[in-house]
Amino acid sequence: MKKPRTMKLSLPLEEYMNPGHLACQGCGATLAMRYVLKALGQKTVLCIPACCWSVIDGPFPYSSLDVPIFHCAFETAAASASGVKAGLEMVGDKETTVVAWAGDGGTFDIGLQALSGAAERNDNIIYVCYDNEAYMNTGIQRSSATPYGAWTTTTPVKHFKDQPKKDIVAIMAAHCIPYVATASVAYPEDLYRKMKKAKDIKGTRFFHIFAPCPSGWKSRPEDTIKLARLAVQTCYFPLYEIEWGEKYTLNIKPKEKKPVVEYLRLQGRFSHLTEKEINLIQAEVDRKWERLLRLCGQAEERPAQQK
Amino acid sequence: MKKVIMGNHALSYGAMLSRVQVISAYPITPQTQVVELLSEMCASKVLEAQFIKVESEHSAMAALIGAALAGARTFTATSAQGLALMHELLHWASGARLPIVMGNINRAMAPGWSIWSDQNDSLSQRDTGWMQFYCANNQEVLDSVIQAYKVAERFFIPAMIILDAFSLSHTYEVVDVPDQALVDAYLPPFKPAFRLTPDEPHAFGGLTSPDHYFELRYKLQKAMEKVPEAVEETGREYEKLFGRYLGAVEAHRLDDAEIILVTSGTAGSTARVAVDQLREKGLAVGNLRIRLFRPFPFHLVRRLLSRAKKVAVVDRNISYGHHGIFYQEIKSALYGFSSIPIFGFIAGLGGRDITPETFAEIIDYTLSHDTPEAEIVWIGVKK
Amino acid sequence: MKGKRRKAEKIIFHSEREMPMAPMSIGSMTFNLTGAWRNIRPVIDLDNCLQCGICWKFCPDAAILIENEYPVIDYDYCKGCGLCAEECPTKCITMEEEIK
Repeated sequence: MKKPRTMKLSLPLEEYMNPGHLACQGCGATLAMRYVLKALGQKTVLCIPACCWSVIDGPFPYSSLDVPIFHCAFETAAASASGVKAGLEMVGDKETTVVAWAGDGGTFDIGLQALSGAAERNDNIIYVCYDNEAYMNTGIQRSSATPYGAWTTTTPVKHFKDQPKKDIVAIMAAHCIPYVATASVAYPEDLYRKMKKAKDIKGTRFFHIFAPCPSGWKSRPEDTIKLARLAVQTCYFPLYEIEWGEKYTLNIKPKEKKPVVEYLRLQGRFSHLTEKEINLIQAEVDRKWERLLRLCGQAEERPAQQK
Repeated sequence: MKKVIMGNHALSYGAMLSRVQVISAYPITPQTQVVELLSEMCASKVLEAQFIKVESEHSAMAALIGAALAGARTFTATSAQGLALMHELLHWASGARLPIVMGNINRAMAPGWSIWSDQNDSLSQRDTGWMQFYCANNQEVLDSVIQAYKVAERFFIPAMIILDAFSLSHTYEVVDVPDQALVDAYLPPFKPAFRLTPDEPHAFGGLTSPDHYFELRYKLQKAMEKVPEAVEETGREYEKLFGRYLGAVEAHRLDDAEIILVTSGTAGSTARVAVDQLREKGLAVGNLRIRLFRPFPFHLVRRLLSRAKKVAVVDRNISYGHHGIFYQEIKSALYGFSSIPIFGFIAGLGGRDITPETFAEIIDYTLSHDTPEAEIVWIGVKK
Repeated sequence: MKGKRRKAEKIIFHSEREMPMAPMSIGSMTFNLTGAWRNIRPVIDLDNCLQCGICWKFCPDAAILIENEYPVIDYDYCKGCGLCAEECPTKCITMEEEIK
């Protein structure tokens, strides 16, 4: 028996999410919650609209989180959070962080109005969108976060989603709120650092967290982290921050940009794509990546033939 | 202190005196003055409250539910389309047992756009589990807000204070605006039964199976059933401090009345004038103004109406495919308790004026018919 | 939360009087032993374990505990998703057939 050396964990040991919850095997959304709560700690209140987490948390009379939760109506995540924050302040609690925790459907679609309203008022809340790219809780229907090419139950293979994914980060940046960030469950230390940073900022803070869903993406449960990592390494889902709508900071710049097909081919929802369609996706990824590099002041000089 | 204020401002003063802590509202004619005055009161710190200027009525109610869950006393006001937009969340507020108080200005539902008085907006929400108080004058509006907090926070049921568009919301009357100290003596700070706090974490509103939902709703109904008596009790308590009584109903000259009008809102105060005029002519008429509509004051209605020979219910609303809503509810309340004929009149939809002449016509019809010819008698429609 | 987990009790209401006024949680989901969902279970070869903490980090169910500086699978809750085995840098976690 060898003498154990002390383990150095890259995140605090304390858990605020308990096991026994109802998430599918390999769920990305639970990882997102686990990391965010480690960063925010006990003095946190979550406003969770209809989404996977409404069910994951467990039914009445149980909960799997050690922080208070307000299971709010679908489109109201941001408005509910604004109200909770105001209420807490008025009863003397100015410290507790209030977080709106919504899926992509509740953020990009039905909840967009309330989110825009809260952001325009610069209400003192953190809004987290965990994005599994469809209405997963109701059985994998498309949302405006569903990417081009994806199968969902309402974008079947014969008419797969042919609109691009809505650029929620650009929309939030346009509100010029103090802090906007993307994150991926494969990079928990990055998410943790940014959430800790956001905790101390006053005003509306927005996080877009990439959270793979094996059930909806038709991927293997054990591939969730690999997918979330590949999304970043192919520049399909870059990790960056935007402060006050103007200052862009790139957090991870892959040394070698992997081809997006490596990410796509691990998911059954893209298995029907032709080479032409995959090339379209690659071209779009490339275009947006170049644009992001320019915004981050990291545009590269490219020799003519690489076009 | 006596002030000349409009009905809408009576709502604002009521909320201010009740020391509300979070207001969240969206403008809609004819409610705007309520929130404008409250904005000023918050800005000048006359009222220590946060005012969230939301981007829709749905968000207004969502924000208040959040604030109430956090343990704050909350207030908003709206009307017609705005109230309808809140509908989903009205169910939420009552199911979550949150004592939110809201002013609603009765305004006709579109289409076409109308800003005038009609009760369909609030009556469409009668099943959502909110208390409903229909007011007839500005003093009643102010007093009702304060009393509503008392009852709402005792039973954890939200309440709506309802005003007619323009004839109440925009009419100026002399109102006694009580001293803050007196209101504080009557209405203590809000003591939540449960709240969102990291010290004692709970999840509110999670998935509730058929094994549990039934009992939770049973509890809400049981609490509602205690309210009519509590309204009377709190009215008497209020009278001791402020010198004015408001109960679940307002009875005017019912004792020897052969025909009793059943009315609500400002039409109810016009009816009082009409009753006095008709009495001069020797007609034995009386008026029962329903103030508390939800929960329905069955006991009082049965006791007070069964003395009459005929009842004439006047609705400023209609449930399409059925009849006037107060008419239906009065009929159902009296079923098995009295077999006197009940006449149902519909008047004043979309803000069509209801005058003493309207009531004269109604009484005339009721006198000249043993039983109604139809379950809806339309008054004033150009047929 | 270190070491052994406390497991909550299942809650049964016999009357509406026992229930809270509003739909509000009063217990923990830890009564729900999701280990029953598994078809395959992770087994850690501690001799080759680097004590890097990656398996603990990537468990969606927080079903890996740290005891005596080593990861320990909490089989009461592990759903057998295989993320720990997939992400382990030394591949010292193997997914074995669950024997029921």
